[in-house]
Amino acid sequence: MPTSVQMVWLIVLLPFLGFLVNGWMSFFRPEAKRAVGVVGVGVVALAFVGTLFVVAGLAGHPHDAPFIVPLWQWMPVGDLVIDIEFQVDQLSAVMLMVVTGVGSLIHIFSIGYMREDRSYPRYFAYLNLFVFFMLVLVLGASYPVLFIGWEGVGLCSYLLIGFWYTEEANASAGKKAFIMNRIGDFGLLIAMFMLFREVGSLSFAEVFHAAPEVFGTNTAAISLITLFLFIGCVGKSAQIPLYTWLPDAMAGPTPVSALIHAATMVTAGVYLVARSNVLFAMAPSVSLLVALVGAVTALFAATIALKQWDIKKVLAYSTVSQLGYMFVGVGVGAYAAGVFHLVTHAFFKALLFMGAGSVIHAMHHAYHHTHNEADPQDMRNMGGLKKYMPITAALMWTATLAIAGVPGFSGFFSKDQILAMAFARGHDGGLFYLVWAFGAIAALLTAFYMTRLMLYTFHGPNRTGDRESEHLHEAPWIMTGPLVVLAVLSVVGGVINLPHILPGAGWLEHWLEPVLHGSVEFLGEIHISAGLEWGLIGVATLIAAAGILGAWLLLKPEALQDVAGSPEEKGIQRVLYNKYYIDELYDRIIVQPIVWLSNKVLWRVVDVFVIDGVGVNGAAGISKFFGWIGTRFQTGRATAYFVMFVIGAVWLLSLTLGG
Amino acid sequence: MLLGPALGVSAILFSIGVLGVLMRRNAIVLFMCIELMLNAVNLSLVALSQQLGVDGQVLVFFVMTVAAAEAAVGFAVIIAIYRHKETVDLQDLNLLRG
Repeated sequence: MPTSVQMVWLIVLLPFLGFLVNGWMSFFRPEAKRAVGVVGVGVVALAFVGTLFVVAGLAGHPHDAPFIVPLWQWMPVGDLVIDIEFQVDQLSAVMLMVVTGVGSLIHIFSIGYMREDRSYPRYFAYLNLFVFFMLVLVLGASYPVLFIGWEGVGLCSYLLIGFWYTEEANASAGKKAFIMNRIGDFGLLIAMFMLFREVGSLSFAEVFHAAPEVFGTNTAAISLITLFLFIGCVGKSAQIPLYTWLPDAMAGPTPVSALIHAATMVTAGVYLVARSNVLFAMAPSVSLLVALVGAVTALFAATIALKQWDIKKVLAYSTVSQLGYMFVGVGVGAYAAGVFHLVTHAFFKALLFMGAGSVIHAMHHAYHHTHNEADPQDMRNMGGLKKYMPITAALMWTATLAIAGVPGFSGFFSKDQILAMAFARGHDGGLFYLVWAFGAIAALLTAFYMTRLMLYTFHGPNRTGDRESEHLHEAPWIMTGPLVVLAVLSVVGGVINLPHILPGAGWLEHWLEPVLHGSVEFLGEIHISAGLEWGLIGVATLIAAAGILGAWLLLKPEALQDVAGSPEEKGIQRVLYNKYYIDELYDRIIVQPIVWLSNKVLWRVVDVFVIDGVGVNGAAGISKFFGWIGTRFQTGRATAYFVMFVIGAVWLLSLTLGG
Repeated sequence: MLLGPALGVSAILFSIGVLGVLMRRNAIVLFMCIELMLNAVNLSLVALSQQLGVDGQVLVFFVMTVAAAEAAVGFAVIIAIYRHKETVDLQDLNLLRG
């Protein structure tokens, strides 16, 4: 085992130390912002450097992996022995790179974005803690260790969504995220229990080694296990039906949305499916379900994004939609393509979120200076910002072209690969064509809503207000710097996994081969002819062009209106603006019945009557009754006591003598 | 020697004491009945020590000592009660009622 891999625990420890230091600072040195920033960014940047060494070490031993780094024994309970150990292999290395690399850039951006916040040290403490848990998640060598990270990132997500907790809406958004994730976590727990019952172990190495012998393909056991695993992923990665928490999670600071709710945490579900690829490959029906849920989510969320006015809400639904693509990828068995899209999405979505953060930052300042109460996140209040923020506009256009799938950009290659794989699986069942069609339509909508976002934000006349627009400024270099790096990655990121028809193709696929070979035995290689691939690329290009040009022609940037001038939405537009009323529906069919049940039954009947009445007061009443009987003998007359004493003595005597 | 009659007298004395405590209401009479019971026990101890060794006789001294102390405390209590309530009739004394 290379030394750098043995020292992998250092990478995990660093952000935790950052959390401790910044946590201490938040109580005792809240004004020491420079020190907080240095520590907060430093530990993650050092973790990134460490990751580079680990990846270098791993590249030298491509066939020895996975390396298991044991740390200590956690809980030995009978047959169940859970060790805290880390697994370093090609998949966790990719995730390490994304988490620490993109994470570092977002930390640097945060220095500028959060500069004026009172709770600056607390922010960095949470952010460092998040990176720590995310690293535990991607490095854990067994399901329970992964679960520690899984729950930990959920906690940090909750803390950071409700970061500005003095506003009730933010606090409830945090709660919503936490509770919806809990539903998914329940699925993951059940899956772990079932795995332990069937296999007798929970470590990745043993489970994946034993699985082909323990389970048959498509048996009930493996289908149920993968189904419950997928329920966990649905919660964490915001897929239908548990996606509603992610758009609300935008209540947190924007860099948090970039890091947690776009680049890393929400992709944990994709990682889990890719990690368990052997299990999912043995359950083709559940895999198809994964692909279908992904495809429906991709299309569904993209339609909602069409009519959102809040710039972050558009990006949030876009993230839900793109996560859907990743699930299509891992669902059709193209695990490498799913991970590939995970990586490129981390680049361009983090860039989009932080670009939006720069815009919100500028808008907030403009409104703050002029004491305007308007919403700084509403795109109808923006417009023409490219004049004031040229760098941000250029960078966000780069990311937009990437996510829209313009040829040459990273998002084009990853999205095209997923769709091509879905199409290629078509001979296994017509539903795969449906998956492909949904993905293709969603791609068209993606290009459309992203162009719409850009037009509303950066083009046409400025609608911020005359007084306000004087205060609009480009973000400082500490915020644009990380964006430049991400923009470069968004453009060239595609080279890590070019399609088969190009030279130097499939590097990531080759890199991940040792992790994925187990599933290839069940699925076989997915073949796609060069002609078909060229055809699909052509279709994808047409779709992207149609989306971008269509948006430009339909919206006419010069004619965009501000909030007051916008006509009221009617019909389908209104349904889209209100997100299909899904939140209202959930409120009606789930939240309100539970509240009713809790209020009328659980509180008034179970708690007040059964527990308090029958239980607690009942037990007290019985004691009191027997006590009352006792008091009747307490007459206070010595003679009466003596009578009882004599009766007792005679009785005892008769027992002794008679026995 | 005369063990049976001695134990018989003892039993009769003890029963008289018990009945006295149960049936009389005057506290002082009650006290005398208690003394009667104690002395009945003393009598049987002495009688039995003829055959079972000197232990019984030693115990009698203890009983007499305790009886004397108890009588002193008991009469003091009765006098205190009389000063307070101007009666020593047990029927009127029920301060310990629960």
